[in-house]
Amino acid sequence: MTVVFQKTKGLTDTPFHYCPGCTHGIVHRLVAETMEELGVLDKAIGVAPVGCAVFAYEYFNCDMQEAAHGRAPAVATGIKRVHPDKIVFTYQGDGDLAAIGTAETVHAAARGENITVIFINNAIYGMTGGQMAPTSLIGQETLTTPYGRKPETNGYPIKMCEMLSTLEGAAYIERVSVYDVKHVLNAKKAIKNAFKAQINKKGFSMIEVLSSCPTNWGMSPNEALKWIKDKMEQYYPLGVYKNTLEEEK
Amino acid sequence: MMEMMKLKQVIFNENLCKSCELCVEACPKHIIEMDKDKLNVKGYHPAMIKEENMEKCISCGFCAIMCPDTVITVIK
Amino acid sequence: MAKVLMKGNEALAEAAIQAGCRHYFGYPITPQNEVTAYMAKRMPEVGGVFLQAESEVSAINMVYGAGGAGARVLITSSSPGISLMQEGISYIAGAEVPCVIANIMRGGPGLGGIQPSQSDYFQATKGGGHGDYKLIVLAPSTIQEMAELVQQAFHIADKYRNPVMILGDGMLGQMMEPVDFDILKKEENKIEEKPWATTGKGTRNKRNIINSLELDPQILEKHNIEIFKKYQKAAKEEVRYEMTNCEEAEIILVAYGTIARVAKNAIEIAKRENIKVGLIRPISLWPFPEEPFKKTKDHVKAYLTIEMSMGQMIEDVKIAVNGQKEVYFYGRVGGMVPEPMAILEEIKKIRGKK
Repeated sequence: MTVVFQKTKGLTDTPFHYCPGCTHGIVHRLVAETMEELGVLDKAIGVAPVGCAVFAYEYFNCDMQEAAHGRAPAVATGIKRVHPDKIVFTYQGDGDLAAIGTAETVHAAARGENITVIFINNAIYGMTGGQMAPTSLIGQETLTTPYGRKPETNGYPIKMCEMLSTLEGAAYIERVSVYDVKHVLNAKKAIKNAFKAQINKKGFSMIEVLSSCPTNWGMSPNEALKWIKDKMEQYYPLGVYKNTLEEEK
Repeated sequence: MMEMMKLKQVIFNENLCKSCELCVEACPKHIIEMDKDKLNVKGYHPAMIKEENMEKCISCGFCAIMCPDTVITVIK
Repeated sequence: MAKVLMKGNEALAEAAIQAGCRHYFGYPITPQNEVTAYMAKRMPEVGGVFLQAESEVSAINMVYGAGGAGARVLITSSSPGISLMQEGISYIAGAEVPCVIANIMRGGPGLGGIQPSQSDYFQATKGGGHGDYKLIVLAPSTIQEMAELVQQAFHIADKYRNPVMILGDGMLGQMMEPVDFDILKKEENKIEEKPWATTGKGTRNKRNIINSLELDPQILEKHNIEIFKKYQKAAKEEVRYEMTNCEEAEIILVAYGTIARVAKNAIEIAKRENIKVGLIRPISLWPFPEEPFKKTKDHVKAYLTIEMSMGQMIEDVKIAVNGQKEVYFYGRVGGMVPEPMAILEEIKKIRGKK
């Protein structure tokens, strides 16, 4: 009898509060599995954002801090500078990281802060009911772009991986998605690389995960996954944007 | 071969399920469905595999990989 | 190390280091820049961390993280920078994280000026951020006292798991005076254990969580009430003030920080004209010292509050005096400093009144 799949010890027993089919749940699991497999759960200190993942400190089975909206990379910096030998990660949404927290994100990367950032890009503000995010696509209808996002008034979606990969301090930057099994498995590999970059003290690592928001996109969970593939992936190409890890021989 | 079959299991922690059906889409054998005769503690029809369909299960774990709520455990 | 001549800002930094602070986060802003330069030099010498953040908003959140991870942590800024930190300070108080914040005040509002001021009194003592919380606010008037209060501030912050603010001004930060750090060494300098800090679970069976979020109103109310028990304790144990010549004083001046020294000059001049003037100098601005007013309100004719502001501490003086005697005000603002002779004029005006 072998166990093909079981729940990771990296997650607590608290059930997720996320909406049905929300891929936050998948990414939480991947991060938790990664920390368990790398044996760093006891050394990990995570920073939760403000947004749908605001309760992340209830879910990750390690020490956690709850940051103010957008400030997780700064809180993580403070923690890492006190405990340089511990594994410090943030888990943030697109409003948190690419809107109010842009400066914190850019400067943590510019400083080469040895932390790992898990960036959930679902092109919308979920918790507050579906407003436009900096990553909302052109034409995308949201609570605050009822006629569809228009460049002339709402500007253009921000490509964070491309932007941060220009910074010397960035050691590992990859964009992944979770819209099918193949992509989920690849996302886990990417998350593991990011944590390895931190373990090997290479500097700042970030994984951007194209994720779904069935509720605020007004779609069924499976339709939402399809929308990521058909629409989001076109504007946000998947791939590794920075990699200073030596290839494992 | 029969013993091997019996060891094969897909366990659904029903009360965590939110009926999102990502597992239904992910299963290559299309044997997962929502249990219309039952409501879990959250008021959702939980995912399940009918007894007669279990032998089609190849224990690939795709359902568990796509599940956002750690509902599924796969054993073979 | 006996007495050494030092700038206020640098004495503040050195006192923090001697108190065991090994993490400083800051951002450039006049008139406290010397703190960052000094820390940038000194922290590496003691194996500490100096980090210049991209903004005071980011810096205070680094303090939140570092304090939550168990470190003694300091951040300094000046008025506009302290305004940027207010959200972070509210989170720090809400999550019960210890830290020390120094505000070397400058003229406001807005960009204002860079000369000294005391116009952030309300922000410091009434809470500049959202929600019910308090900062324990200590106001030094000499550089020696600044060093001593900084050291005590770390102890108080750990004791109450709450931010403590050192409220100075541009004069105090920029002027040089002899400082004796040896006195600090006698202070018991043991850094408290912090079993609640996020250090990585290790062998602990319980996860440590630093958090101020609570969506259940009953629990959030209980949390507020618990935090205020700390403040009631602080209101009893952390009051600090100095009284000068108050016994038979006809008029009592009320002033803090550097302005208390100007007030003392005015008292000397008045003595020559045999006018009996006293001084109440609050050192803890929160908890505000009410005791000295209870002791003096029967025999004094009136109080005269002197501030580098349009009148902020005067409200607390009026609360303490509780209407039993007149409370007058004299202030200079924008970086202007009240002068002893002008204070004497005010004293005479008050004496002239029936």
